[in-house]
Amino acid sequence: MADIGTTKRVVITGMGIVCPLGNEVEDFWQAVLAGKSGVAGTTIFDASTFPTTFDAEVKDYDYREFTSKPELHKDSDRGSAFVIGATAQACRQAGIDLETDEPSDGIDRRRMGIYLGAGEGSVDNDVFFSSLVQAWDVEKNEMDWAKWAEAAIGRMNPMYELEQEPNMPAAHIAVLTRARGPARSCLTACAASTQAVGEAMMLIRRGDADVMIAGGAHSMIHPLGLTGFNRLTALSTRNDSPETASRPFTASRDGFVLGEGAAVLILESLASAKRRGVPILAEVIGYGSSSDAFRVTDMHEEGRGAIQAMTAAMADAGISYREVDYINTHGTSTAENDLIETKAIRAVFKDRAKEVPASSVKSMLGHLIGAAGAAELITCVLAIRDNIVPPTINLNDPDPNLDLDYVPNRARELPVNVAMNESFGFGGQNNVVIIKRCEGD
Amino acid sequence: MRAARVVITGLGVVTPLGLSVSETWAGVCGGRCGIARIRAFDPVGFPCKLAGEVPEYRIQQYVPKSFRKGIKLMSRDIELAVIAAREAVEDSGLVTRGIDPENINVDPERMSINLGAGLISCDLVELAPAVAASVTEGAFDIRKWGKEGIELVTPLWLLKYLPNMLACHVGIIHDIQGPSNTITCAEASAHLAIAEVVQIISRGDSDIGFAGGAEAKVNPIVMARQDLIGRTTTQSNDSPESACRPFDAEAKGSVFGEAAGVVILENLESARRRMARIYAEVVGTGESTNINPAYEHLEPDGRGIQLAIEKALADADIKVGDLDLVIPHGTGIPCDDLAEARAIRAALGPDARTPVWPTKSMLSTTGAASGAVDIIAAVCAMANGVVPAAKNFERPAPGCDLNIVTEQRQGNIRYVLCCSYTYGGQTAALVLKSFDGEVAG
Repeated sequence: MADIGTTKRVVITGMGIVCPLGNEVEDFWQAVLAGKSGVAGTTIFDASTFPTTFDAEVKDYDYREFTSKPELHKDSDRGSAFVIGATAQACRQAGIDLETDEPSDGIDRRRMGIYLGAGEGSVDNDVFFSSLVQAWDVEKNEMDWAKWAEAAIGRMNPMYELEQEPNMPAAHIAVLTRARGPARSCLTACAASTQAVGEAMMLIRRGDADVMIAGGAHSMIHPLGLTGFNRLTALSTRNDSPETASRPFTASRDGFVLGEGAAVLILESLASAKRRGVPILAEVIGYGSSSDAFRVTDMHEEGRGAIQAMTAAMADAGISYREVDYINTHGTSTAENDLIETKAIRAVFKDRAKEVPASSVKSMLGHLIGAAGAAELITCVLAIRDNIVPPTINLNDPDPNLDLDYVPNRARELPVNVAMNESFGFGGQNNVVIIKRCEGD
Repeated sequence: MRAARVVITGLGVVTPLGLSVSETWAGVCGGRCGIARIRAFDPVGFPCKLAGEVPEYRIQQYVPKSFRKGIKLMSRDIELAVIAAREAVEDSGLVTRGIDPENINVDPERMSINLGAGLISCDLVELAPAVAASVTEGAFDIRKWGKEGIELVTPLWLLKYLPNMLACHVGIIHDIQGPSNTITCAEASAHLAIAEVVQIISRGDSDIGFAGGAEAKVNPIVMARQDLIGRTTTQSNDSPESACRPFDAEAKGSVFGEAAGVVILENLESARRRMARIYAEVVGTGESTNINPAYEHLEPDGRGIQLAIEKALADADIKVGDLDLVIPHGTGIPCDDLAEARAIRAALGPDARTPVWPTKSMLSTTGAASGAVDIIAAVCAMANGVVPAAKNFERPAPGCDLNIVTEQRQGNIRYVLCCSYTYGGQTAALVLKSFDGEVAG
């Protein structure tokens, strides 16, 4: 990599997660290394008659444990509530003070920004469905809008309505941290939070911020979310065995498992981290983004966009495929993704394709949609820290067409200095971030 | 390496005043108002019965034959984006796959896209029959929905409502294979999307970018949401033309509407090479956030806007006195207008008499599109040397001490500042510089 100086080099100084495998980073990591599954029957609403009756839910979580001013977030939807906990953890690790009005952590709040890949909240289900029941005239096959207005407007809670807006998790983070730097939120489906981390790094490189709170938050575990994915036939329907349903790269894979959560990383210029004297967890060295421009419904058959994003990220990092030690795949457990992602890795990694470990933590975590990429990037940081790569669990019947080293079923110790995180989203969104062990700094 | 300069070489817009830049510009210059009683649904029972709706269109006319299968997956937000993008490309002189596959003059991998999008609310009329089929003893029955109701939902239903589908459809039509993102920061989205693409081109990751935003807010849920959080005017239902009154003493709230705006951003060298018409240069971007736990409104001193403006001016490296025009967000919501006016005054200084031209009295508040519409209005003002008169501004609201343009003015306009904010908090400001009518070559 060209010498771009300490103000332009970007490092990770904090991490936080709230997810189906735990509400603290170390709990999550121990569960991943042990190959545990966070998947079980749906409890958030009655999904017993849906084609899919299970998911990966956040459990035993209360955002109020993470802030001394919970009243500022009292109407939080699930995504906002999750990201409060993840951000508070990440800030604690990075030495960012959330408690005093005049923080003495050495960070100018005008130079501290926010970039989330965050999802919309759930509709207010009771009001939503009951007002449609009351207002739809079955005989005439038309809506009586006066009835709808009466049934809906009178009962809608203004704050619950506002919480559905996808920029609200970022709004809560601004209130929580008083960050006044650039604040953006994006929603590129399942690739959103990898994109958020990548673009956040670019804002630091450009000099627009010293610190960026970057990551994602999402929950689509609600009746309309499950309806949408079930209708797309994107979800596993292995209702008799939820914990083995997410089985990326197997011959019997039948769809992804809907998950939820939030994951946040503190990105910081190397100069700022050194000045503050905080521990550096890893360096973000490359980011690549592309689009398939192919079909709304399908990935490009040869993984053209995925290849382009991986190639762009390596070029940005100034490394070759020979230097990547671990690939955290998108690995959703759908027939299409796992095949095309494998083809793309083969194309990019050429002679090394079968030797670079490439695992999917979605086998344990489910698919956190907008939050997935950031959660998986945290996994990469921990893999570098501990020189151990997480497994792909439930990999007992490999698909004969998929021939990479997916790290089946057991975590593996090996030196990891450079890790690549891949995220792909509906519509052909591809984002790749590369991180590296930060030595001697 | 010096960052590349980024210019605007194409404009496309769909607003309540017309389906093109020329119609919209003629409309605002003629003092026309695009606000009227809601036509999309019967607004009886709604506190605010007004909206800004775009004229009727046939989407087939704007989609090349080979992409028409995609039309059935387009929500209205997507359609508006597709129409505006087409005009912008044609205006720029670029020939993409979607314009003429035989004469393409762009490299798909060097094109990028970022369209701001809103929370796309589902079409209630589309969903209601499925809900009505899921009723037991007069009430919605989730178990019946899971088994029978969802079978009546069209299989690809979810794909119409993912915010990134605006950029994906446009990207597929025009074969945009570079970075693709979707900013979802409500009314600040388009400015943030434009800022991001400017940065992507400037750092060398793309040569040509589609940027802006689109949102169709005239949906019963969206309109009810704005009513409930207290942002609409409810006292002007009989006088649509004078309903939306930014910074005016008689302002009672805003009127919401639908629009799309897309600009083609281009590396200056690329524009020069192909002898493109250059409208303006984007010379400054600034971003921040409001911090207000009330979330639905601005903090009273509008500090987040002030910071964004100050950063944009610093990024442009110009003095306040260089500005010839400010296009504010100006919604007609009294408390937000006051906060924004205070922020503009604080950023520009107490002596600044820079002309300020709010546009929403004619165009309505169009969510994720609004910032793009304002950028296009700014470019038109520069290109024509004309600032149209602000409509519905008679007497300043107390504390709104701005030099609002009350009569059309003519003269050279060199620098324009546009700013925006949103409920939730995110703020953005952009500085455009005229290109002196230079035809490159």
